[in-house]
Amino acid sequence: MVQYFKTIWSGIATTFTGMKITLKHLFTKKVTIQYPDENFPLPETARNRLFMEMTKCIGCKNCAKICPVNCIDIETIKVSPEDPHKELHRNGKERKLWVPTFEIDFAKCCYCGLCTEVCPTDAIIHTKEFEYSEYNRENLVYKFHTLTPEQTEEKRRLLEELDAKKEKEKKQDENKPGNKETPGEKRE
Amino acid sequence: MGELKRLDLEYNQLTSDKMRLNVGPQHPSTHGVLRLEVVVDGEIVTEVIPHLGYLHRSFEKYCEQMTYVQVIPYIDRMDYISAMNNEWVYVMGMEKLMGLKVSDKVEYIRVILAELNRIANHQIAVATFGLDAGAFTPFLYYFRDREHIIWVFEKLSGARLLYNYFRVGGLAADIYDGFKEDCLNIVKRVRKTNEELMDLLILNGIFIKRTANVGILPPDVAISYACSGPVLRGSGIKYDLRKDEPYSIYDRFDFDIPVGDGEVGVPGDCWNRNIVRVREMEQSCRIIEQALEQMDMEGDVKELVPRRVKPPAGEVYMRAENPKGDLGLYIVSDGTDKPERIKARGTSFVNLSVIPEISKGYMFADLILILGSIDIVLGEVDR
Amino acid sequence: MESINFLYELLGKNALTITLVVILPLGFVLIYALVAILAELKTSAWIQERLGPMRTGPWGILQPVAEVIKLIQKEDITPAKADKLLYNAAPFIVFTGAYSAFAVIPFSEYFAPSRIDLGLFYIFAVGSISALGIVMGGWASNNKYSMMGAMRSVAQLISYEVPAAIAILSIVVLTSTMNLQEINKLQTGWFWNWFLFGGPGTLAKWWIVPFTIILCMIYFIAALAETNRLPFDIPEGESELVAGFHTEYSGIKFAMFFFAEYAYMFVVAAILTTVFLGGWNSPFGNLMQGPGWGVFWFIFKGFSVVMVQIWIRWTLPRFRVDQLMYLGWKILLPISFVCFLIISLYVMLK
Repeated sequence: MVQYFKTIWSGIATTFTGMKITLKHLFTKKVTIQYPDENFPLPETARNRLFMEMTKCIGCKNCAKICPVNCIDIETIKVSPEDPHKELHRNGKERKLWVPTFEIDFAKCCYCGLCTEVCPTDAIIHTKEFEYSEYNRENLVYKFHTLTPEQTEEKRRLLEELDAKKEKEKKQDENKPGNKETPGEKRE
Repeated sequence: MGELKRLDLEYNQLTSDKMRLNVGPQHPSTHGVLRLEVVVDGEIVTEVIPHLGYLHRSFEKYCEQMTYVQVIPYIDRMDYISAMNNEWVYVMGMEKLMGLKVSDKVEYIRVILAELNRIANHQIAVATFGLDAGAFTPFLYYFRDREHIIWVFEKLSGARLLYNYFRVGGLAADIYDGFKEDCLNIVKRVRKTNEELMDLLILNGIFIKRTANVGILPPDVAISYACSGPVLRGSGIKYDLRKDEPYSIYDRFDFDIPVGDGEVGVPGDCWNRNIVRVREMEQSCRIIEQALEQMDMEGDVKELVPRRVKPPAGEVYMRAENPKGDLGLYIVSDGTDKPERIKARGTSFVNLSVIPEISKGYMFADLILILGSIDIVLGEVDR
Repeated sequence: MESINFLYELLGKNALTITLVVILPLGFVLIYALVAILAELKTSAWIQERLGPMRTGPWGILQPVAEVIKLIQKEDITPAKADKLLYNAAPFIVFTGAYSAFAVIPFSEYFAPSRIDLGLFYIFAVGSISALGIVMGGWASNNKYSMMGAMRSVAQLISYEVPAAIAILSIVVLTSTMNLQEINKLQTGWFWNWFLFGGPGTLAKWWIVPFTIILCMIYFIAALAETNRLPFDIPEGESELVAGFHTEYSGIKFAMFFFAEYAYMFVVAAILTTVFLGGWNSPFGNLMQGPGWGVFWFIFKGFSVVMVQIWIRWTLPRFRVDQLMYLGWKILLPISFVCFLIISLYVMLK
């Protein structure tokens, strides 16, 4: 009998304690951020959409190799010495590889940040941009390469000419790097 | 009118039809895509058959095609609520395999982050458990606080949930200025909310009625099912790898292992499993405070990170006390930069296996609470 | 005493006026439901330290309108294997049950849609119609969750009608009338004349005051259960039964269930107001007393009770079905009987 009334009492008492707490919260400051109008400041380290600075890229393909989901697609062409179009890197050295294709598929990207870590020139970085949803999945494939198709075609032709010339000159040398080979693969 | 027929009824012959009910994979309270095939006799559960595999992502097979560094983002996605702890187990295992000894600073940061993540995990566990019982408000209070922990993680690693922050031999980035203050703020917040939530939810009469003496898991059954974490400790067994098999630097801290003591209900019921989590948050706060005090802010966190992770051929089994229990990783290396095999002992998977055993004979509404009190994450169950 | 209906006085009793009298509460219910939905959204948000809806109109005050428009636009799905007739009729029956109760609710001294001397009995009688609708909906949906929700709902409604009725009956012993208008008139004067504080009478009534307060609480708890609100919302307990009896409903039919719930919330609040809180009487004697003020006080008191219901909903966890029965039959019923006896004793001795 005592237990019976005790249970009733504790039920009522705890209900009122709870109601007191919720009443107190009714008047506290709210924590909601009205998102599109006001934004929570993202930290500098935030890992959102990737950005690629092509002038810095040396075409080493490290990022493509480290990517766990293979969302980076790179193609490189060796620079022919006869190419009139010269480009300098930030450190003053001449560009060794053209990067005619550099595509990142953000539908696949898992924002793990491994590519930014391995990049030797910090060409690929995470930005704070996270609002880029698209109606079409193809629009999520971002093309960062700056070379036009004509330029690419030109570079490829130049390299082929060079190769043909070299082939003629040194037929005995078998270890010549092919036009698709890159410094990254050489290290393997 | 015809003659009234006399009905000969024997009450033990009166059986009601049992109903086979599919709970999940689309159900608000299965904590993901778990499917439970439940046989109910009215409201009483007579049989539970869990069906798994709706979130299977072949983690183990995938790892065989990844380099050791690339495994870390995948490890995050196992128990995505406590990703830091998952990474830590893997990273510790790799360090053991490669014979690396990380600096004290790295160890302290790892301990602090793991304990913060333990708090975050327990907050979600207690919050969703309250939600299963029908209390919506505590759920949002806990999420409000968890946000502060996540902000610290975001500032450190750049991501809110899947951090990819630990590296074999160190960390991805150094801590920022004001890390200590942020952590102390969190500790203060966690304590304040826990105190409030004790009154609002955990000691509430209805909540006690709903959870105490429900889903009792006796200690011997818990051991024979290899349960671990709060599920095991809720049954009154003082077993915590941080104390019993101290890894990293846990032997330097002074903390207790809370167990379900039957203060309300009996040890092993839902209420005791839940209270273990609430008390563990307090213990984690203590560890964080001590670690922040002992930590040396100077030093490089990346000095030991190798350029290419290429462990010698061999194998290692590493386990650690994750928020949900004992997570084990068995890593076999063949000397290349890709693992030969990684086998994970998923805590949630093992803990979930006890559901059919302990939910028989309770009401259908209790089954949901028992499931909530076991605190599973389907990412770890299915992997 | 004849209760007065100002519309009949004004326009005479003809078909048009009767229609008007019938429609007037409907307009009130619609507006009230919108306000109550907004109150629910905002209160829950503020309790949880959120802001709640903020986009539709200033401070989101048009949110309930937007939700109703959304629900009306939505596809009206009838499951292929459902019992079409029962399935489609159920939401209307539930709403009818809730709305019929408005027939006797005295909004003011001069306006109660109908004068029935057995007003309280009438409310309890038509209140059960909603249960019928819920069972129909739950059964006809051909869904196991819906059926379980419907079964629970019936059990709950039947159990909680009893303590609620006993609690009201105890007050009827004091008033010796069941006409809601009469009960209101008895409580004229200061707030200590309310039946919450023992009703009109001399100071000799002091020893029944605790019991009337307990009766008020019993009625309030039972009313929460009858309206399927948390902590008694096991018929639609979302964590186990997905949405209970209205799992399969969508669009306008779901909106009907929703409206019915809010309408019924006001019905129980109105009974509580009328029987315990003085109805349309001002709490301060003749201050702010009058026909216009009467409407204000009635709606104000009724809405306050609704707000308490909302407040409780966002505080407490949910009961389990057997604990609900335990509370109904083993706690509320005995206590209400004891109070009933004591109040009868008081009336006998007076």
